Amino acid sequence: MRRTFKAGLGAEVAALALLAGLASAQAGSLKIESWRNDDADIWNSKIIPAFNKHYPDIKIEFAPSAPKEYNAALNARLDGGTAGDLITCRPFDASLALYQKHQLDSVDAIKGMDNFSDVAKAAWQTDDGKTTFCVPIASVIAGFIYNKEAFAKVGVTEPKTLDELHAVLEKFKKDGTYVPLVMGTADQWEAATMGFQNIGPDYWKGEAGRANLIAGKEKLTDPQYVAAFKEIASWAPYLGSGFQAQTYADSQNLFSLGKGAIYAAGSWDISTFRGQAKFAMGAFPPPQPAGTTDCYISDHTDIAMGINAASKNKEDAKKFLEWLTTPEFATIYANALPGFFPLAKTPVKVEDDVAATMVGWRQTCKSTIRNSYQILSRGTPNLENELWNVSAQVVNGKLTPEAAGKQLQDGLDKWYKPAK
Amino acid sequence: MAEPVSHVTAQMPRAKLAGLLLFFLGPAVVIYTLFSIYPLVATMALSTYTSDTSGARSFVGLANFQTLLGDALWSKPFWNALGNNLIFFVVHMCVQNPVGIALAGLLSLPGVRLKGFYRTVMFLPTMLSVVIVGFSWNLILSPLWGVASGALKAVGLGSLFAPWLGLESSALVTLSLISVWQFVGIPMMLIYAALLNIPEELIDAARVDGLGQFRIFFHIKLPLVLPTISLVSVLTFVANFNAFDLIYSVKGALAGPNFATDILGTFFYRTFFGNQLQLGNPTMGAAVATVMFFIILLGLCLYLFLVQRRIRRYAF
Repeated sequence: MRRTFKAGLGAEVAALALLAGLASAQAGSLKIESWRNDDADIWNSKIIPAFNKHYPDIKIEFAPSAPKEYNAALNARLDGGTAGDLITCRPFDASLALYQKHQLDSVDAIKGMDNFSDVAKAAWQTDDGKTTFCVPIASVIAGFIYNKEAFAKVGVTEPKTLDELHAVLEKFKKDGTYVPLVMGTADQWEAATMGFQNIGPDYWKGEAGRANLIAGKEKLTDPQYVAAFKEIASWAPYLGSGFQAQTYADSQNLFSLGKGAIYAAGSWDISTFRGQAKFAMGAFPPPQPAGTTDCYISDHTDIAMGINAASKNKEDAKKFLEWLTTPEFATIYANALPGFFPLAKTPVKVEDDVAATMVGWRQTCKSTIRNSYQILSRGTPNLENELWNVSAQVVNGKLTPEAAGKQLQDGLDKWYKPAK
Repeated sequence: MAEPVSHVTAQMPRAKLAGLLLFFLGPAVVIYTLFSIYPLVATMALSTYTSDTSGARSFVGLANFQTLLGDALWSKPFWNALGNNLIFFVVHMCVQNPVGIALAGLLSLPGVRLKGFYRTVMFLPTMLSVVIVGFSWNLILSPLWGVASGALKAVGLGSLFAPWLGLESSALVTLSLISVWQFVGIPMMLIYAALLNIPEELIDAARVDGLGQFRIFFHIKLPLVLPTISLVSVLTFVANFNAFDLIYSVKGALAGPNFATDILGTFFYRTFFGNQLQLGNPTMGAAVATVMFFIILLGLCLYLFLVQRRIRRYAF
């Protein structure tokens, strides 16, 4: 079986090489590597035609892989010299490693890069912040999406504090018509990304806490982190029955079928729900813990695009990246893919009401990115993996919030020495 | 009467014989070398290197293996994966193979109707894609919309239902049983074929001596198909220690909850290709793959020297 696995892999790489070879043989053509296979339609029918209005001679092929396989497939193709000209960049270390291996070019010289703030560029810069290697495209915001009909039926309003959230959940539980809170732990990342990282920034004060964690001034065993774990642990009674085996797809279906009241959400879910849900939806930002005044949201820089250093058509690739910095692209992208919010400084009008609500939080709350992403997931054990694991266990009731914080910090201490 | 083949080849001119050998063996040797021997050797070679951030590789000898087995950060998940893999294997040996033998025994009984139908139906899951199997069972066992809880309730056992795939205590055994369901057709077919090879005279003689079907199976048929059963066990061993796809498609590369379903295949995948923010480490991954290879090699050697030699074969 191992032999066939390897042989299969070899054959796949060879086939990809052949396809890539055929595609790049054409002059004036560009191939885009991406993990957003869900968006292939939008790229082909809206984004690429809009670009071609300016540059009719540049032929662009959008060639996505499945999200789970993207990093592995991309690395194999880059190493084998068969990758596309434009590379969609994952945030932080995955792309930084590509730059360090000289597989991505610097994009500092691209016109329009000054249209992005430093925070927007941070996910695709060297640690010293001097070189940027991908053009930021979009960020995603975490929060809660709710079923407006369910709220009206049970007679509750958007909760502003966590106490109010618990009261709302309790009401839904008593009513019994809806699953009060839709979130599963089978895929683990839901508990980490839509649980811990969603409500957490209010506890650790967003960017300040994130910076302190990297500087070693705060530890994951500190009360603010344990409190965030305590909060997600308290959700268990309000989740669907058998949530331990509920996958992400189950969660999406449960909510879009109208069986759930509140969905612990990432803004990327909006387009899925728009296609499937038949009821009116609203969104509220993470409710605040008692005694806090400032609000923080997880506004996570997630997608960017860079140039394959081995591309044979860098001139055209640069033209495309330049176009990515324009308000024209930002407007198309934000409205074709509600829930993916452009990072450029020029404000963009978002038509979708839920997406507009979520991006509106940027005016009232402070943005922060997920605290495990920059630098802290560089070693073994990998903090992000650990965070998925312990968050799911905390919600499952298998690990206490204190033990969760301790496991994360112990893992981090094994390899991470903060700069003094 | 035609001459035996050995005589024909012995009388052949050397050059012609060499040409003949090349014609028949060449393609297999080339393909086997290219897709099997070369990757294996390359993997072992890769496992003795390490790479820095710029991607440059340097030779480190056996350091990767020292880390894998000596550093608790690596050895803990490794032993966990190996332990889980053993459980995965034991479930297959205790459920898949006995059930396969029983099914084959039933199918080979004289006078069973619709034999072809049963045989096909029971072999069907083996031909399904693992992704489909994983997806279907995920749905069947889903606490939200699965038929499992309803079916148990219908027979009054509703209280027994649990989200098996999501619990640390039951996820691995559940996945093993799904795999058993999928692959039970293979031992069944192999043993069924062996049972068909048993001469009718032996069975008839036993029947004349007054044995019932049950005793015929245990005293006559089973001992005669033991070599096939041991072959099936070895195939199960190799397949189980290389298993990966079902776990990956149902639980993902992090094989949750809390690595309760992590087996060597998923551990290897995570190490080699990475996961979310964990970057892939091809050299360390190659070390894991090499250790997996030696574990399987060791298992096969034990089988060859301890079991294979003692099995008595009967020629009919």
